Amino acid sequence: MRRALPWVYGIIGIALGIVLWELYKLLGPTDGVVIGAVEGERNSGLRILPRTTDRAMPHVWTMFERLFGPTSGGDTAPLWQAVAAASITTLGIAAAGFAIGVAVGIVLAVIMQRWRVAEWGILPWVIVSQTVPLIAFAPVVNSIGIQIDRSGTPWPQWLSVALVASYLAFFPVAIGALKGLGSPDRAHAELMRTYAAGYWTTLRKLRFPAAVPYLLPAIRLAAANAVIGAVVAEVSIGMPGGIGRMIIQLGGQGSSDPAIPWGPIVGAVGLGLVAAGAVAFFGWTMRNYRRGEATA
Amino acid sequence: MSRFVTKEQAAQTPAVRVAGVDKAFGKRAKAVSALTGIDLEIGAGEFVALIGPSGCGKSTLMRLIADLDQPTAGTVEVYGKPARQARLDQEYGIAFQQAGLLPWRTVVQNIALPLEIHGVSYAERAERAEALATLVGLSDFRDRYPDQLSGGMQQRVAIARALAERPRLLLMDEPFGALDEMTRERMQTELARIAVESRAAVVFVTHSIPEAVFLSDRVVVMSPRPGRITHIVDVPLGTARPELLRESPEFFAKVTEVREALHGAPVERAPER
Repeated sequence: MRRALPWVYGIIGIALGIVLWELYKLLGPTDGVVIGAVEGERNSGLRILPRTTDRAMPHVWTMFERLFGPTSGGDTAPLWQAVAAASITTLGIAAAGFAIGVAVGIVLAVIMQRWRVAEWGILPWVIVSQTVPLIAFAPVVNSIGIQIDRSGTPWPQWLSVALVASYLAFFPVAIGALKGLGSPDRAHAELMRTYAAGYWTTLRKLRFPAAVPYLLPAIRLAAANAVIGAVVAEVSIGMPGGIGRMIIQLGGQGSSDPAIPWGPIVGAVGLGLVAAGAVAFFGWTMRNYRRGEATA
Repeated sequence: MSRFVTKEQAAQTPAVRVAGVDKAFGKRAKAVSALTGIDLEIGAGEFVALIGPSGCGKSTLMRLIADLDQPTAGTVEVYGKPARQARLDQEYGIAFQQAGLLPWRTVVQNIALPLEIHGVSYAERAERAEALATLVGLSDFRDRYPDQLSGGMQQRVAIARALAERPRLLLMDEPFGALDEMTRERMQTELARIAVESRAAVVFVTHSIPEAVFLSDRVVVMSPRPGRITHIVDVPLGTARPELLRESPEFFAKVTEVREALHGAPVERAPER
C-alpha cells in the first residue's frame, strides 16, 4: 500500500490536468480572455487565456484518437508508430550525448579534485559554458564537425546533436562529482593512508563509492538535460527523423489537423519518462551506496 | 620480509622506539610545540596506555608512530624500521575514536577492506573476515551494514578491521571514547582478551584512568604545554585481565598511583569515617 501511494498520487495528478483542460474548454469563453483590446482593431490587446475552440484546444480524447489515425492521410502508418520511431531515434541520440556528458563530467571532476589549481582553472569555464545559448550554439557545432572530416566518412548529423546534448549533460555531473569525490571524511582518507593505499586505490575504494549519493541527482539532471538538448539541437540543426523535428513539422499542420501536434508532444513526454525511469533504476542498483542518505 | 621472528629477536627489537622526538605545528615564529623530548620504548607484545589531559600530545604521539604526521626532530621506529617504512609494510593496525566504517560495506566487507586493498585473494579474505567477525562476537551480524549496528558493534568491527593484517602492533586512539560506560567496560574486557590472543603490542590512547590501568602493562602519563612524558607507571597485574580485577585493591592502588602522577602530587584522601 505504501509503495503504491506515489503511483496513486501521480495518476491523480495527470487526471487533474485532463479535468482542468476539459473544464476550461467547457466553461471558458469561446474567444478566450483578452485584456486591453481596442474596439475595431484586429489582434489588439493581450490574450491571457486561450480560445476554447476545437482548433485551439482539441479534446483530450481527440488527441488520443488521432494517435491511431494515419500520419499524413491515406494509407500511411498510424501516427503513434511515426511518433514512436521518432522518439526512439531521439532517445538513442540523447543516450549517446548522455554517455559522453557523464564521462566528460566525471573526468573533469576527477582532475579538479586531484589538483586545486585545475579546479581554479576549469570550474569558471564549466559554469560559463552553460550560459551559451543552445540554439545558436548547435549549428556552430555542426559546421565545425563537418569541417573536421571531409575526406573520409562524412560527419553524421546525429553526432552534432549528441554533442550538443552532452554539452548540457556534463555540467551537473562535473559539479556533483566534484562535490562527491571530496566528500569522504578526513578520517577515511587517513585510514586509506595507513593502508598505504595509492591515489587510484583510494579513488576506487573510497572516493567513487562516497560520491554516489552526489552523483545520482546529478545524473538525473544530466538525463533530462540530454533529452532537452537533443530535441532542441535537432530543431536548430535541422536534423530529420527525430521527435524535435517532428514537433515543429506537425505543429505547422495544427490549423488543419488540431490534434496532430499533440502526438509528438506525447512522444517527448514519454522520452523524458523513459530517461527518468532508467536513472531511477540505476539509482536502485546503487542503493547500498546511499546508506545514511535521507530517503526522499 | 617475514612476519615470524624468533623469541630472541622479538626480545631485542622493540615494537616501538621513539627517541628524542619533538613535534611542532606551524612554521617558525608561529610554531606551537606539541611534543618535546619524547623517549619511549614499547616491547613486543606489550600493552601501553598513553594518558593525559587534552592537549598533552598523546594523540599526536600515536599519529607519529602511525606515520600520519612526521616529527620535527628525533626518530620513530616500529620494529626497527622507520615509521614510514613500517606503514608501507603494514606493520600496524589502527582504530580511531570514530569507528570510521565505510557505510556501503557490510561488516565482513569492512573487516576485509585492508586485505582487499593489498590484493589478498577472495577466498582467503572471506575466511579471515569470518574468523575476525567471530573473534569480536559479530558472526551473526556479518552481512549487516554499519547503519544497522550500535556504536559498540561498529567499534568492534573497527577493531576486527585493525586486526585483519595480523599486525604485530595495534594503535588505538580512544577507541571507546564515544561509548557508554557499560558497553565500554565490556569492550575493555574483550580487548584485553583479544590483545592476549593476537600477541600484538598495543599503544592505547585514553583519558580514562581505570581504562588505562585495567588494560595496560604500563601507563605512560603525559602533561601539556609542552607535551611531554612525566611518569611511567608499571601495572604488573598479570596477562589475563578478568572482570573481577576491577574490584581488587591492587587495581585501586594503581588507579590512585596514576591519578597522583597525573595531578603531579598526592591526592588528598577523603577523611575516613
